[in-house]
This record gives sequence, structure tokens and C-alpha cells, in this order.
Amino acid sequence: MAIVIWIPLILPLVLGVVSGLRQRSAWTLWLPVASAAVLLGAGVVLILDVSDRGPITTADGLLRVDSLSAWMLAVVGVVAVVALWGGVPHRTDRSRNIGRFAGLLCLFLAAMSLAVAADNIGLMWVAIELTTITTAFLVGSRGGRGALEAAWKYVILGSAGVAIAFLGIVLIFAASRTGGAPSLSWVVLLAHAGSLDPTLTRAGAALAVLGFATKAGLAPMHSWLPDAHSQAPATVSGLMSGVLLSVAFYAILRIQAVADAAIGPALMRELLLAAGLLSLAVTAGLAITQKDFKRLLAYSSIEHMGLLALGAAAGGPLAIAAVLLHILGHGLVKSSMFVLSGRILGFTGSHDIADVRNLLRRRPDLGGPFLLGAAALLGFPPFVTFFTEVAIIVAGFQRGLGWQMMVACILLVVVFAGIARHVLAMTVGTDPDPEVARTLPAPPDKPARFRQVPIGIALGLCAVVGFAAWPLAGPLVAAVAALGGGR
Amino acid sequence: MSNGVYLQLLATTTGVLLLSAVLQVWGRSTVRAIGLLVLQGTALAGLVLTVGVHAGEAAAPLVAGLVLVVKALVMPWAMLRSARVIGVTRERSARVKPAIELIGAAALTLLAYAVSGPILGDRTDPATQAVPVGVSLVLLGFWQLLVRGSAITELIGFLMLDNGIATISFLTSGGLSLVVELGATLDVLLVVLILGVLAVRLHAEQGHIDISELRELHD
Repeated sequence: MAIVIWIPLILPLVLGVVSGLRQRSAWTLWLPVASAAVLLGAGVVLILDVSDRGPITTADGLLRVDSLSAWMLAVVGVVAVVALWGGVPHRTDRSRNIGRFAGLLCLFLAAMSLAVAADNIGLMWVAIELTTITTAFLVGSRGGRGALEAAWKYVILGSAGVAIAFLGIVLIFAASRTGGAPSLSWVVLLAHAGSLDPTLTRAGAALAVLGFATKAGLAPMHSWLPDAHSQAPATVSGLMSGVLLSVAFYAILRIQAVADAAIGPALMRELLLAAGLLSLAVTAGLAITQKDFKRLLAYSSIEHMGLLALGAAAGGPLAIAAVLLHILGHGLVKSSMFVLSGRILGFTGSHDIADVRNLLRRRPDLGGPFLLGAAALLGFPPFVTFFTEVAIIVAGFQRGLGWQMMVACILLVVVFAGIARHVLAMTVGTDPDPEVARTLPAPPDKPARFRQVPIGIALGLCAVVGFAAWPLAGPLVAAVAALGGGR
Repeated sequence: MSNGVYLQLLATTTGVLLLSAVLQVWGRSTVRAIGLLVLQGTALAGLVLTVGVHAGEAAAPLVAGLVLVVKALVMPWAMLRSARVIGVTRERSARVKPAIELIGAAALTLLAYAVSGPILGDRTDPATQAVPVGVSLVLLGFWQLLVRGSAITELIGFLMLDNGIATISFLTSGGLSLVVELGATLDVLLVVLILGVLAVRLHAEQGHIDISELRELHD
């Protein structure tokens, strides 16, 4: 079965090279979609296989897929299918460098697969840094001052942050050397957690979490995120927000598992609580005054990463299962929302919230899903995000984080008000120009139905999964167990 | 290698590393800063060789050679090329005055020694004793990232940070596994190349590479 681990690593690489060589062929845009579908398929096969026969190891132990890795692989796959399929531009607005764009997307997918399949913190770091490298030109690909500024900030802050994580990894390795079993493997580190040097582990784990938190967009290291997500093409924003942030968060979960086993949960809990509450506070403060709808979505991502951090801080099977399910729910909705925001941008020609009014009437094919997606982001039932947010808060109360969860609830209400206000203005707000309001709705983009399919699937899944989660229960419980039981 | 020679080589290489980092803070010439980076890369390769040979690792010359080629030749060359294409040999502005920059650097070096003590605990081997040099490089790299105004000097700060981490890695544990070292080196090289290209594009777009004037995006 080890071959299934290699497929999502090798195939996107090959397809990426093919795309790069066929610079101007429009069909290359479908190769990243194919790569994402392969990732999803491999993830599902691995979930089933790992639940039957246990973790699969290959490449001298450098790669190891357990239930958590398989879950993440499947999530990356399904979210990437939505973002990439939904984001394939119409024939009329395709740029010249299609092949290079598609090639970088394929390599980006391969890097994310490597990050979740590596059983070595060092190799995972290499993969996460590779995601920055592959997305650098994607973020700046629209050209112009804004896009270049965003790309510069993204690469320099992302790389400096991740460099700090590398320093943490170096110290964790030194801690394992002192313990007599020098290794960077999760399995070995968890097995010998008791013998790790506590001081070095404490410093190493704190630095590693700080570094990966930069990449995950947690406050106060989030400043690159709104810029990069608002300037990147819609597909890239969708992928970065939907899964890249979660892959970085996955790294935090793994480091937390080792640190908790070695030095107890206090340090990680405090760090994650601080980052989580601060992320919610940043979103609460800035969502209400946003003028750009892509930045608004970016701030919403910071909020959701904050929620994940609170869930990880709470710990325990309920919170960790909720965190993993929330990663799926948020990924599906956020990638759809960014794809829709790209189409709204194409329709209105402006990033400004003020320029988008009455979308539900003027462009029902955009306004309807945008409103539904926003409801999911805000945690309305029946969407799965409602159940996972409630589960995270409840788990927090159960684990003795009462006042922190109270603060989180208050901040969530403020975020809710800020985002809902803008989304309602965009979708049902009255047109400033009454003439425009009287005209017939504009026809949808072509080919309308085909482009709506991934959005429909994503929002549909998100609405159903909360009630019909039984097929996911087994994999989720196994994934929580892979993290050492979620402690 | 006798213990005396080992100690001397260790002291020399780490001394050169710290000196090159402190000199980096002082002065505004881009070409000089890139020259100091070559010196720093060479000292780092020397340190890798010293620690590796002393520990009896067969791969030490290979890793040291890789560090020398990438950090002392390829990266500085790529940066020099970007600087030449842009035509900027001196930094136009910094966010703080040189005197404050130097005082800050001195304070950070002291801080590096202060924080390294508790982390390293009661270890007494000479390589571990030199770890504060690596921590100084990390902090000074961050300092440069924070206070410098030009894209090229920001990039130099990032490389100093990376050199500091490599120094700590080799001093505390003789480096990570070869696969991880190779991957990490390749990653950093690619980041430097990408930032070089972005700096050239920034210059083409707006006629300068002052980071402090990047104000297109804000809330």
C-alpha cells in the first residue's frame, strides 16, 4: 500500500512539469484539478487502509501515513478540487502564462501532500517552506504594485516565521539527542517523550509553534495574510485559505502532541489560547471597518484559525475531533467563497464592498451561494461549522477554560455583526442607482452550470456533514487517537 | 584533530561569524554587505567542517562543501546580480539612526548570551559553549529585517537569520539528517532567488526598493 503514499507526491510533480512545458495550452488548467482529485482519492484509500491495517511507512521511515495524515490528505484533496475546479477561468479571460500558473499549482499540491505525509519534523518543515516558494509567484501573478507588495511581504514574513520554526526543530532535535534517541520522527519523539531534555523541548516547541503560527495566519503574526489573500488570484486565495493555513496548523498539532507528552500541556495551552483569542480580537476589530470583500474573507480566515487554536488549547477527544472537522468545513466554504469573490470581482471590476450591491437580484448565481457561504462561515446551522464551533466552545468549558471561552463567545458575536453587515449590504443592500435596480438580472457567466457544480457540492457537503457525520466518525476518532488521544 | 586545534578552529570560526554579523549592522553599502555575507558563509562552512571532523562524521566535508557553495558563492552571487540589475549599491534610507542601530545590536548580542545560558543548562562541551554566537546571528538578522529600509538589506537580514540557525544546529547537534539539511538548504536558496526576482520587479514597478514605502495595502 506504500505506493498510494507516493502517488500524491509524484503525480502532481509530473503534471506540474507537463504544465510548465505546455506554456500556452489551455487544457493545462485542468491538470491541477486532476492532481487534486488524485489527492482526494489517495486520501480516501489511505483512510480506509490505515483503519484496517494501521499506519503505513515508506522511504526508510521518512514518510508515514497514520489516520491523521490520511484525514489531512483527503481534506486537502477535496478542498483543492473545489478551489481549482471552481476557479478555472472562462476561455475569454485566460492569461498567456497558463502553463506556468497551472504548473506551480500542481507543485503546491505536491508540497502540501509531502507536509502531511512526512514522519519527520524536518522534512515537514522543508515541505511547508516549499509551499511558500511555489505560491510566491502565484500571489504576485496579477502584477501591479499591490500584488508585488503582497508577494514580498508574504515571502519575507512567511520565510522568516518558518525559519523560527526551524530553529525550534533544531532545539527539539538537540533535546532528543540529550535523551539518547536523536530523531525528528513523530513516532520516536512520542515514544521517548519522557526522556527529552525538558528545557530544550520547552524552548524548541514554543519556537516551532510560533513559527508555524506565522504560516497558519494566527495573530499577532498574521499581517501578511490579508494582503496576500486579497491580492492573489481567487483560486490561489481559496487554496491558501482553505488548506494551506490548515496544513500549517496540522504542524502545530503534531508539535503540541510531542510537547504535551514531554513537558505537560500547560505551555502549549497558554500559547494557543493567547494566539486564538488574539486572532478573534483582531478579526473583531478589523472586520467591521473593512472596505474590500477579499480582505474581509481573509480576516474571516484569521478568525477560524483562532477558533482552531482555541480547540487545540482545550484538547481532549471532543475538541480535537471538532478541530479536524472544522478544518474540513472551513476549507470547503472558504475555498467556495474565494472562488465566488473572484467571479464577483470579474462582474463588478472592483474589490470594494461599496461597489457590490443587490447581488442577489442582479446576479442570483453569485449572490445566492455567496449568502449561503457567508452563513456557513458565520456558523449558522445546518452547516457543519455550527456544530464544530459549539463543540469547541463546549469542550473549552468542560476543560476548565471558562472565562476564555466567554471572551471568545463575545468576540465571535462582534465578528458575526461585522461580517454579516457587509455580506448583507453586498447581497441584499439597495442599489445606490435606482436605474440599475430596475434593470433585469445580468446573465450568469458561461458555462454557468458547470462552474457552479463544485460550489454546490462544497456548500451541500458542508450542510449535510453536520447531521450525517457517521461515515466520518470512524476516521475522526482514529485521527484523534493518532495525536496521542488528544490528551 | 587534537583538542587544542579543535578549540582554536571553533573559536576562530565562531568569532568570524559574530564579527561579520556585527559589521553587517554598521554601514550602508550593499556591495560591502554582500561581501560580509561571503565571509559569513565561509566561516559557517569552516565551522561545519570543524565540528564534523571532530565528531568523526564521514559526510562532514560534503556538507561543508555544500554550505560553502550555497552560502558563500551562489546566494551572494544571486544577490549581487539583483543589486546590479536594480543599480542600487547604497541603501537610501533606514528606519532608525545608525547609532541606535549599533546600540540595539550590542544589546541583542548581550541578550543572546543571557538567554542561551538557561536553555543550554549545565552542558560544558566547547561547541555548546559557542551557541550564543548563533543566537546573536538570529537576533541580529531579525534586527536588520526590522530596521532596514531596502529590499536587498532585508534579504541580507533574512540570510543572517538563516546562518544563525545553521550555526546553532551544527553546534548543538552536529546538524540534522542529510535529507533535511539538503532540503532546507535548497528551500532557502529558492527563497533568496525568488526574493531577488521580486526585488527587481519592485524596482521596475515603482523605481525604488524602499520597503518602508510599500503602503499600497493597509486597513
